[in-house]
Amino acid sequence: MITVSHVYKQFEDGRVALNDVCATFDQGKTNLVIGQSGSGKTVLLKCIVGLHEVTSGDILFNDVVFNRLNFREKKSIRQKMGMLFQGSALFDSLTVEENVMFPLEMFTQMTRSERRDRANVCLNRVNIVNANHLYPAELSGGMQKRVAIARAIALQPHYLFCDEPNSGLDPRTSVVIDTLIQEITHEFNITTIVNTHDMNSVMGIGDKVIFIHQGNKWWEGTSADILHSDNEELNQFVFSTELTKKIRP
Amino acid sequence: MFKSIKCATFAAIRCAGFNALRCGYRLRLSMRFFNLFGEYVLLMRKVFSRPEKFRVYYHQTIKEMDKLGLQSVGIVVVVSLFIGAIITIQTAYNLGNPLLPRYIIGLSTRDVMFLEFSSTIVSLILAGKVGSNIASEIGTMRVTEQIDALEIMGINSASYLIMPKIIATVLFNPFLTLVSMFVGIVGGWMAGVFTDVTTTQEYLWGIQFTFVPYYITYALIKMFVFSFIIATVSSFFGYRVRGGSLEVGRASTQSVVSSSVLVLMANLVLTKLLL
Ligand SMILES: Nc1ncnc2c1ncn2[C@@H]1O[C@H](COP(=O)(O)OP(=O)(O)OP(=O)(O)O)[C@@H](O)[C@H]1O
Ligand SMILES: [Mg+2]
Repeated sequence: MITVSHVYKQFEDGRVALNDVCATFDQGKTNLVIGQSGSGKTVLLKCIVGLHEVTSGDILFNDVVFNRLNFREKKSIRQKMGMLFQGSALFDSLTVEENVMFPLEMFTQMTRSERRDRANVCLNRVNIVNANHLYPAELSGGMQKRVAIARAIALQPHYLFCDEPNSGLDPRTSVVIDTLIQEITHEFNITTIVNTHDMNSVMGIGDKVIFIHQGNKWWEGTSADILHSDNEELNQFVFSTELTKKIRP
Repeated sequence: MFKSIKCATFAAIRCAGFNALRCGYRLRLSMRFFNLFGEYVLLMRKVFSRPEKFRVYYHQTIKEMDKLGLQSVGIVVVVSLFIGAIITIQTAYNLGNPLLPRYIIGLSTRDVMFLEFSSTIVSLILAGKVGSNIASEIGTMRVTEQIDALEIMGINSASYLIMPKIIATVLFNPFLTLVSMFVGIVGGWMAGVFTDVTTTQEYLWGIQFTFVPYYITYALIKMFVFSFIIATVSSFFGYRVRGGSLEVGRASTQSVVSSSVLVLMANLVLTKLLL
């Protein structure tokens, strides 16, 4: 379980990106963070994983205050994290297979063939076949995302973070990726946090949903509740398209 | 009377104002320099920490030696060959006085190559080639979040990315210096013989005349230091990129300019210390 406790984030230029955010993210569930573009989803995720320092407040991983640890202490928790970045962030200079093998090479004592086997298991899991020796630049956006997921799950993480896993993808591929994330979460009992502004994902895989509005946590609930909320900003966000207006109860 | 006093006062105030402004500017400039230098030192501390896994670092270093060192042999050879040839022809052209011995041609080619060209000028060329390569590679990794991806895995990204580059260039570039010396001498010989300004005997005598073996050590030490400057400074500018492709381009330019200037400054200091 991950707990975010009164987190406040101000950048050097004075802009406040997060304002007293409190939330809990449960184990074995896909926790969604939704909100408009620029609302602070990425900043929240980066604060949780420690890529941004929080200005005040605490991030707890199972009762360990993560943001107060030093680099060495953080390292042991970080090896249990997998992260999917908004832009995939695959290593350009490595092939698909090498990308997935990379964390194994750094942190396990596996032999080369064991690593290759594990990489292939992960790649099969995300339906990437016959692409092992291609470079990231030679893949489509959706394939890159899937390879990034394979890399994130290579070390069997306890925590999985996904920043807009299906932005820029067609609806069918989006569903494939969403389903994949949900299945992996339930299969390995991972604490998963997904940033998204895609309502299809929200309805499809949201075990728990947190709505961020201008750096504040505005609403929290399940995907079933979301259609019946009387929160004005949330409704504006949810029912912003013609398609969603039609399903408004 | 009053008027002149008033004038003088105004002038004094204006002068003081300008001075204050200039002082302020200088202060800001030096503050910026110290800030950058502090950042650089902090980064180097992060770079030189214990590696996660020696085997991985070893493989990275070999890769970098190929990319940054071996692939620079071509340009070093071409430039050294031509410069060697040009020095020979220039010296011959300027040796108008028939009393001066012709072996001076070989001697001056040797000294110019050994003392300055094969270390300092080759370093400047490498600052352009290798420096911009390092800065843009690391900068791109920064803006495409690949460095964040490394950090998330619990890897010390600074050390993982930068240390192999430093070790590779520092170990390999002195070899480039030796190549440059050899090729420059050969270039000079070829130009001299083909254009008939000197003979092989004269040239060979010239390059051996009052030869000081220490010059080679001197050039190698210089190259060692310059390589360290190029690798660390350009890594530094690449690593601190924030933003997008525009900033990567800027960092790359900045790294070439800064490492070139620093190489020249270090050259001055080393020449004073070593010779
Ligand atoms: N490094 C930074 N320095 C200053 N401000 C920043 C920085 N990163 C983000 N911000 C600001 O923080 C706010 C939240 O940005 P964030 O990237 O979290 O948005 P987001 O919710 O992820 O949006 P999107 O859905 O478009 O990805 C924005 O106003 C942005 O300008
Ligand atoms: Mg974002």
